[in-house]
Amino acid sequence: MTMIWKGWALATGVLAMSALAQAAPPSPAMLANACAGCHGTNGGSAGPSMPSLASQSKEAIVEAMKKFKSGERPATVMGRLAKGYTDADFAAMAEFFSKQKLHATNQTLDKAKIAKGASLQESNCGRCHIEDGKEGKDDTPVMASQWLPYLQMQMAEYQSGKRKMPEKMAEKVKPLSAADLEALLHFYASVK
Amino acid sequence: MTLDRRSFLKLVGAGAGAAGLPLIGRAAEIMPKTGKRVVVIGGGYGGTIAAKYVRMMDKSIEVVLIERNDHFVSCPFSNLYLGGMLPDLNSLTIKYDKLAANHGVKVVQAEVTGIDPAAKSVTTSKGTIAYDRLVVSPGIDFRLDEMKGYDAAAMEVMPHAWKAGPQTVLLRKQLEAMKPGGNVIISIPLAPFRCPPGPYERASMIAMYLKQHKPGSKVIILDANPDIVSKKGLFLKGWKKHYEGIIDYRAAKKVTEVDAGKMSVMIEGLEEVKGDVINIIPPQKAGLIAHAAGLVGTDKKWCPVNPTTFESTLHKDIHVIGDSSIAGAMPKSGYSANSEAKVCATNIVALMNGKEITEMSAINTCYSYLSAKEAVSVTGVYKVNAEKQVIEGVPGSVAVSPDLSEVEAIYAESWLRNILTEMST
Repeated sequence: MTMIWKGWALATGVLAMSALAQAAPPSPAMLANACAGCHGTNGGSAGPSMPSLASQSKEAIVEAMKKFKSGERPATVMGRLAKGYTDADFAAMAEFFSKQKLHATNQTLDKAKIAKGASLQESNCGRCHIEDGKEGKDDTPVMASQWLPYLQMQMAEYQSGKRKMPEKMAEKVKPLSAADLEALLHFYASVK
Repeated sequence: MTLDRRSFLKLVGAGAGAAGLPLIGRAAEIMPKTGKRVVVIGGGYGGTIAAKYVRMMDKSIEVVLIERNDHFVSCPFSNLYLGGMLPDLNSLTIKYDKLAANHGVKVVQAEVTGIDPAAKSVTTSKGTIAYDRLVVSPGIDFRLDEMKGYDAAAMEVMPHAWKAGPQTVLLRKQLEAMKPGGNVIISIPLAPFRCPPGPYERASMIAMYLKQHKPGSKVIILDANPDIVSKKGLFLKGWKKHYEGIIDYRAAKKVTEVDAGKMSVMIEGLEEVKGDVINIIPPQKAGLIAHAAGLVGTDKKWCPVNPTTFESTLHKDIHVIGDSSIAGAMPKSGYSANSEAKVCATNIVALMNGKEITEMSAINTCYSYLSAKEAVSVTGVYKVNAEKQVIEGVPGSVAVSPDLSEVEAIYAESWLRNILTEMST
């Protein structure tokens, strides 16, 4: 497509007049850098309610963006911003962020809760949130080193029903107490 | 800018008449250029990011960031300080040491007094600095000729507080010292100006402070515009909910004259309004250095640029980003400047390496507080319309919050932490 346009533009002399005609389509970095004002340089967030995207699973980002766009996942600004992009844009951004190094957050966590979470995670969450949450099966998000406040906000949205829990997750979460869940979030936030 | 226009021009033009040579020809060169170099003027929301991203993308390019001060105070969130939600401006202040150490950006603390596009050199208070490409990100300055009586002395009586720092502190002190039952005037200029929702957020924050601490006081908004410029429905809703009888909004009231002695303002020479605290947000234009360098277009206010590279359409190899540039549909906001800086840096690196430039893709996200716990936002994704060669919002993405939101106030705090961290590390 770009080649055809360029050939035509060269032939007609339009290329010299239009800067955009000479420009390549937005690169993954061009798309992703615009997100970094809120999500941090290369997706390493410094704000406790804003998730880090660095090292996030590609599939998880694409799924999240599609759900923001359709309104399936509750949002404030993300539902609106997602409408500015195509599925191909989502894939390009996701590719960029998934390749970044995991961003180790510096946050205060409860040691006892981390230990309790560590004992619960393998049997309850480990089938999908693999490698201590450093990786995710299919479109399961990476949890490691994520900001605790962000994780708590998401868990609250799941439990209020505003954000739909995947069926497999619902089965596992249902028997867990609030204290168990809180411990699990502390654990994942602590993984570096 | 601490210099007013007249003394600035005097400084730039000094010696030109007498010696027949421009001042820039006489200053000594500092930091002789040895390889590829980008010089950035202005260490705010745009300049810091342009400097950092050029270095992130190409370590072979030397980057010199010239900034007058050794720190930068954010305008975003400074209204929260006026409302009493922040004890000081410390959490809004960044320094440049980590940016320099982490990315090898060479920070020069100096006043820029001129740009020579032909010689590709910037004149500063410390000497001249040569460039291959220059990024100009000076923020705004004021069209004081449209506000009679509003000179440097009047600013100390009726602060603008539209560049965060001592002016913001002065306005806060005046609010604290005001007697209960007093009137605070906020004068809003015709759009476009820096931070479209900013004046209305300021009115909300000051009203919140008055409600808590100065019973019987009022905020009188004298808006030169025919209506609220940004997030109108949300501001009206918030004011009705929280500040009924405190905020007195008056549309199409253009302040054209001030009298600092009488503590009054004049609307179109006809109607006088008196206040106990008066905040004049003056009509605006590109930073003075953009005017001195001939980067300002026929409107005599802002700088026309190529929408894909942000290169000036008036001078080659000079790029203008942030509030000073004409960036189509993108508002003059901190986030816009951040996003424009990355687009500009990407294409500067491409141009300096003889590579193909990339279509721009940018975002604006801007929060405003209505009360201590509620905020609203406006968003937008921006691209260039190829046919018209202007930046336009992508349909559906340019929209405001459906309602006042406590969650958005929480996100707004992280917005600030992230964007200031991006600029300073």
